[in-house]
Amino acid sequence: MKNKKRWLTLGLVTAMTVTALAGCGGNNGAGSSDGGAEGGGSDAGSGSVYYLNFKPEQDPQWQELAKAYTEETGVEVTVVTAASGEYETTLMSEMGKSGAPTMFQVNGPVGLANWKDYCYDLSGSDVYKELTSEDFALKDGDSVAGIAYVVESYGLITNKTLLDKAGYKVEDIQSFDDLKKVAEDITARKDELGFSAFSSAGMDGSSDWRFKTHLANLPIYFEYQDEGIGTTDAIKGTYLDNYRAMWDLYINNSTCQPSELAAKTGDDSRNEFLNKEAVFFQNGSWEYGNLTKDGTFTDEDLSMIPIYFGVGDEANQGLCTGTENYWCVNNGADEADIQATLDFMNWCVTSEIGTKTMGEDMGFVIPFKNAVESPNLFVKEDVAMTEAGKKPVSWNFPTMPSEEWKNGVGSALTAYAADPSDANWDAVVSAFVDGWATEYELANP
Amino acid sequence: MEKALKRYAPIFVLPTFLAFVIGFILPFLQGLYLSFCKFTTVENAQWVGISNYIAAIKDTSFTDSFTFTLMFTVVSILAINVIAFALALLLTQKLAGTNIFRTIFFMPNLIGGIVLGYIWQILINCILSITAQPLLALNKPAGYWGLIILMCWQQIGYMMIIYIAGLQNVPEDLIEAAFIDGAGKWDALWRIKIPMVMSSITICVFLTLTNSFKLFDQNLALTGGDPNHTTEMLALNIFQTFYARSGMQWKGYGQAKAVIFCALVILISMLQLRATRSREVQQ
Repeated sequence: MKNKKRWLTLGLVTAMTVTALAGCGGNNGAGSSDGGAEGGGSDAGSGSVYYLNFKPEQDPQWQELAKAYTEETGVEVTVVTAASGEYETTLMSEMGKSGAPTMFQVNGPVGLANWKDYCYDLSGSDVYKELTSEDFALKDGDSVAGIAYVVESYGLITNKTLLDKAGYKVEDIQSFDDLKKVAEDITARKDELGFSAFSSAGMDGSSDWRFKTHLANLPIYFEYQDEGIGTTDAIKGTYLDNYRAMWDLYINNSTCQPSELAAKTGDDSRNEFLNKEAVFFQNGSWEYGNLTKDGTFTDEDLSMIPIYFGVGDEANQGLCTGTENYWCVNNGADEADIQATLDFMNWCVTSEIGTKTMGEDMGFVIPFKNAVESPNLFVKEDVAMTEAGKKPVSWNFPTMPSEEWKNGVGSALTAYAADPSDANWDAVVSAFVDGWATEYELANP
Repeated sequence: MEKALKRYAPIFVLPTFLAFVIGFILPFLQGLYLSFCKFTTVENAQWVGISNYIAAIKDTSFTDSFTFTLMFTVVSILAINVIAFALALLLTQKLAGTNIFRTIFFMPNLIGGIVLGYIWQILINCILSITAQPLLALNKPAGYWGLIILMCWQQIGYMMIIYIAGLQNVPEDLIEAAFIDGAGKWDALWRIKIPMVMSSITICVFLTLTNSFKLFDQNLALTGGDPNHTTEMLALNIFQTFYARSGMQWKGYGQAKAVIFCALVILISMLQLRATRSREVQQ
């Protein structure tokens, strides 16, 4: 009995010690991730880099690039990637620590509003001079707060093989009316053809950004063009009827009933496209890897066409091309670390290995003079369209006043999809126009 | 022996106390301070006084989510405790296989809230889709009842175990004596068993109350606040204030909401503890 008790006591003590140590262990673990940055910082002025990466898809490539840089120069580079959708939360907690990221990113003017106090002025940096155009710098007054490091395009990814089966060619679609005609014809012959026009326009959180953000960019873009502005505190919603027409087209010519869209995810939509159940899939150049990696599609099967909106000179409309990824340097970091970070950024976009990794391995188009050509088909198509004189649609969604605004529009769009009545469309308009003014005021009191 | 224990008590308490101070007291005080500030990270806080609290209270989404949380809490406390107690009564009878049933009922508690949320989202959406109802993202009543079903499913097993422990502590002779005196089964339940397990009831109501009030994972995964924030509970509302808004001032509002939230949870659970404790009987 006594022996038993002794064992019990021993067990309890072990449990307590383990718990206590586990607590410390957690701390150590967290410490070591930025320990690299801190440790490097202390060694005699050489500085070190801590990059908080936004894009989980490219994490392995960034880790390799960091290793290559350390081998070449001896400067320590730590790359930490935030989990998908967790960038702001991760950045917030990391910036509050000692050994904060020296290099981070914001998504444009609205993101910058949160972080402008932390942005080092990049106007004198080498990397800024490497930019192919001033347009790729994110400015805060006169200072250069961020530098775009990747340019992306989105549009309607088209399965040319299926389109051919339906009796059309990509060239047949040159305007919204053409698109509507093709889509409605495919829907009419859906049973005979065995596929639909559009993959599901899912409004689950993993997919709704394609419509509440990316598609919503078009009415904003055309309105900005009309007014000759680049941002606004109150949107008029001039082209919301076109937005409705496009949304109607998506939901009524899709792989599923409009009422089911509320629960459809991004994976659902992609899988429908991969399973050849739909001809069109609204998404961007970043999907290229997902669509081609298993050999499901080759470059011959695919094409990206502009999202024709029934506005302006449609024959000369290009893809939606722009960026929402800007590199920033933390002005709170040590002098040496800032310099190390600037050197690293410059190396990434000028050195052979840096440009090659970013262009070929990550599949980015980088807006810098030494960029190498990307093997990404959609990117090549964008370049070709621009060269043929088509005008790319710029990315204006970084000027949307807040995430809350997007959620409001998304919510209203979902309700409209389930019950496409005029009253429900009015709710979309209200979320779009009134929501913009309210949210803008709330964000900029 | 007891003296020695008393003498060394501080040493034994020290590790946990330190952990408590570092992990709870200090962040709590810092959080309290930040609720009076405008900030992006904890480093660059600027004092702005009580304006954050004014903005938080004026925010109708906050008061709406409070109402929703309250409605959810009341129904889920009742449902969970009544069903858990009934199951406990059933599984303290001398039936075959009670242990297997206890284990099975307890199991949902071992699955994380986010996972449960997504599983139930698929299940409920399936049923709604078959019955041609609007899906969860557009259906407030479904979201509300979905949350309650989910919460019940997850918590009932746990509360049941506590009730079983309480019921097993009710002395057999007391009940036998009551039967001899002519009490029926119903009397034995109301006049003996329930008063005797009052301490378990205190614990279970406290746990269900605080768990429901602080619910976050399940809310985020099952409805995400859809449609249009109408199924958003307090914790999710605070989270959204922090991360779905742009501009520095929102972090302060969120922080003020979090402090109000914390005070509310403490206040309500204190009231509840006092109310149920006063009904406890000493054996």
